[in-house]
Amino acid sequence: MRLSTRHILSINDLTKKDVLTILATASSFKEISERPIKKVPTLRGRTVINCFFEDSTRTRLSFELAEKRLSADSSNISKSGSAMANKGETLLDTVRNIEAMRPDILVIRHSVAGAPAQAAGATRARIINAGDGMHEHPTQALLDLMTINDVKGRMKGLKVGIVGDILHSRVARSDMLLFKKMGLEVTVAGPPTLIPFGVEEAFGVRVASDVRDVLPELDVLMLLRVQRERLGEHFFPSAREYARYFGICADDLKSAKEDLAIMHPGPVNRGVEIAADVADGPRSVILGQVTCGVAVRMAVLYLLLGETHSE
Amino acid sequence: MSSYFIVNGRVIDPASRTDGKLSVLVRGGKIEQVTPSRKAPEGAQVLDASGCVVAPGFIDMHVHLRDPGQEYKEDIESGTRAAAAGGLATVCCMPNTDPVIDCASVAEYVLEKAGRLGATGVIPIGSITRGGKGEAMSDIGDLASAGACAISDDGRSVMNSGLMRRAMEYATAFGLPVISHCEDAALAGGAVMNEGLVSTELGLQGMPAAAEELMVARDIMLAELTGARLHIAHASTMGTVELIRRAKRRGIRVTAEVTPHHLTLTDEAVSDFDPNTKVNPPLRTEADRRALIKALADGTIDAIATDHAPHNIIDKEMGFEEAAFGISGLETMLPLALALVAERKLTLKRLVEALSAAPARILGLKGKGSLKPGSDADITIFDPSAAWTVDASRFASRGKNTPFNGLRVMGRARWTIVRGRIAFAG
Repeated sequence: MRLSTRHILSINDLTKKDVLTILATASSFKEISERPIKKVPTLRGRTVINCFFEDSTRTRLSFELAEKRLSADSSNISKSGSAMANKGETLLDTVRNIEAMRPDILVIRHSVAGAPAQAAGATRARIINAGDGMHEHPTQALLDLMTINDVKGRMKGLKVGIVGDILHSRVARSDMLLFKKMGLEVTVAGPPTLIPFGVEEAFGVRVASDVRDVLPELDVLMLLRVQRERLGEHFFPSAREYARYFGICADDLKSAKEDLAIMHPGPVNRGVEIAADVADGPRSVILGQVTCGVAVRMAVLYLLLGETHSE
Repeated sequence: MSSYFIVNGRVIDPASRTDGKLSVLVRGGKIEQVTPSRKAPEGAQVLDASGCVVAPGFIDMHVHLRDPGQEYKEDIESGTRAAAAGGLATVCCMPNTDPVIDCASVAEYVLEKAGRLGATGVIPIGSITRGGKGEAMSDIGDLASAGACAISDDGRSVMNSGLMRRAMEYATAFGLPVISHCEDAALAGGAVMNEGLVSTELGLQGMPAAAEELMVARDIMLAELTGARLHIAHASTMGTVELIRRAKRRGIRVTAEVTPHHLTLTDEAVSDFDPNTKVNPPLRTEADRRALIKALADGTIDAIATDHAPHNIIDKEMGFEEAAFGISGLETMLPLALALVAERKLTLKRLVEALSAAPARILGLKGKGSLKPGSDADITIFDPSAAWTVDASRFASRGKNTPFNGLRVMGRARWTIVRGRIAFAG
């Protein structure tokens, strides 16, 4: 089994068949994490470098665990500890230096949109985009889809609402692309200041001015983290007002389907975009997303090396 | 000083309404004669311009030579060699250098170095405000006396409308036009490309067309209020074109320029995050591009200017959001503009006018922009059907930053003559 693409820079790189392959592979890898000895020799001798030029804890840990469980040799570059990232080298210089050490896969997280795509031109290694600026975070979308599929037992025709800061969210961009690709229907909602220009046309989604209007028909509700720094940028007046008009609390869910799944890519701002009793309530599958994250990342690492893994 | 007799070319000089198979005699650094005769006067070297257009030396009224201060990106010598190779006889350099051209001594430095090392003519543009900071007026009178041809805070707008009004009023006393970079800083935010479907897809912060149009509208109002000559730099949107069109109809003294890249590319070019497509103002939509071409053809937009913005590789290899804005444009200007002629969107005569007579008129450059006898012998001789492939590594400019690398194009300069001296022979 292998994917049709060398890199995972965007959901656009993946065919529908690729997505199904990744989900099926991830399902089988999920079981490894349940074993007492959580390790298989699949990627023994392969080198993965995690280039986290932007701070991240959960995504990085998720990739590291995925690599270790497949027995890959992994190294890390972080923004704070990296001379490469801090001493005036260009992004491509850094990538060329890493390339000279012959890695098999680079996992790149960067605050600049398109950085992994640019890096792909400077290395023979496979590249996984672990989040680039406001652009995309494809493995997050894959783990979101896996979670939905696990919970609902299907994907096609499901109705998903994504609420919050769509404008600045790479997760929302990848989710919209992936969910549309796999036949789910997507509605986005949030303050108009945080809905990007032309999102209906660009991503084929519906925009609701108030998610409560469409809540009864939704199967999945994805809430996005509200960044505190947006407060100073005039996107909304205050966290209190955001919570009141755009946050979701238990009362709002009275009109929702019994089996509505509540999702959140984390970290959660309890009391802002989501009330604590919703985040921790029976409909929440937020921790399930985290579990799926390791499995999905194991799957893409394995599949990207494809037929070459046994060379 | 050598004499040249240019024969067998098609002479196009919109300023003197000349278009025909004529010969041009250059002597003593001046145009001596434009004549149907093909017989070279004694002592004159013959330049055979068969298949070529002989035009007034092109003037680029908007370039960044990066000198003083950022010579690692470009300097007056390399920038003017690039200009000559691109068919330009004169370049006007923007003042956002380090130090800024905000007083006579910096303008004099540019003129002195250009006189010594420049392949083409160089005329500095002074800043409107001290340090280009938008806070206090520069020594505009001194700048004019030193030889500046206009004032501009290119790179940003003067956000203080009161200060902009006073600067426009003051500049009229010295006959200088005010060149405005139109961008409402707060509305543009930290945007890196056009706001539209592509920015939404790419997750890049977009700059709405309104950020430009607001300032165009403001500056047109201020031009009407003050009677100043306003020139809109690098017009990029349909709305800007409409504002200029209406202002001209009302007799307000406004002119405008457009860059070859805004006439050629749209924001779709950004889709693969190539930092060489990052420019300010950003590449806009196809509708904007079409409106710009139409406005250039009908004279609403007067001139073509490159906004030549050379950068070193370290300024561009940063990832799109962190990369510097700008295209190294001098050496691709001519073929990009000629492509519009080949597509019949622009006449050859109008193109020549937009590159010669129009900038000379806007900036009040005496003896430039025409082949009339007595004018400076600034002549661009170009072959519109010469096919070549853009290879940035062979640019004379230090800036190799171009989105057109590898593009097959038609048209290039054969000779660029500056005040009677051959500055480039291709």
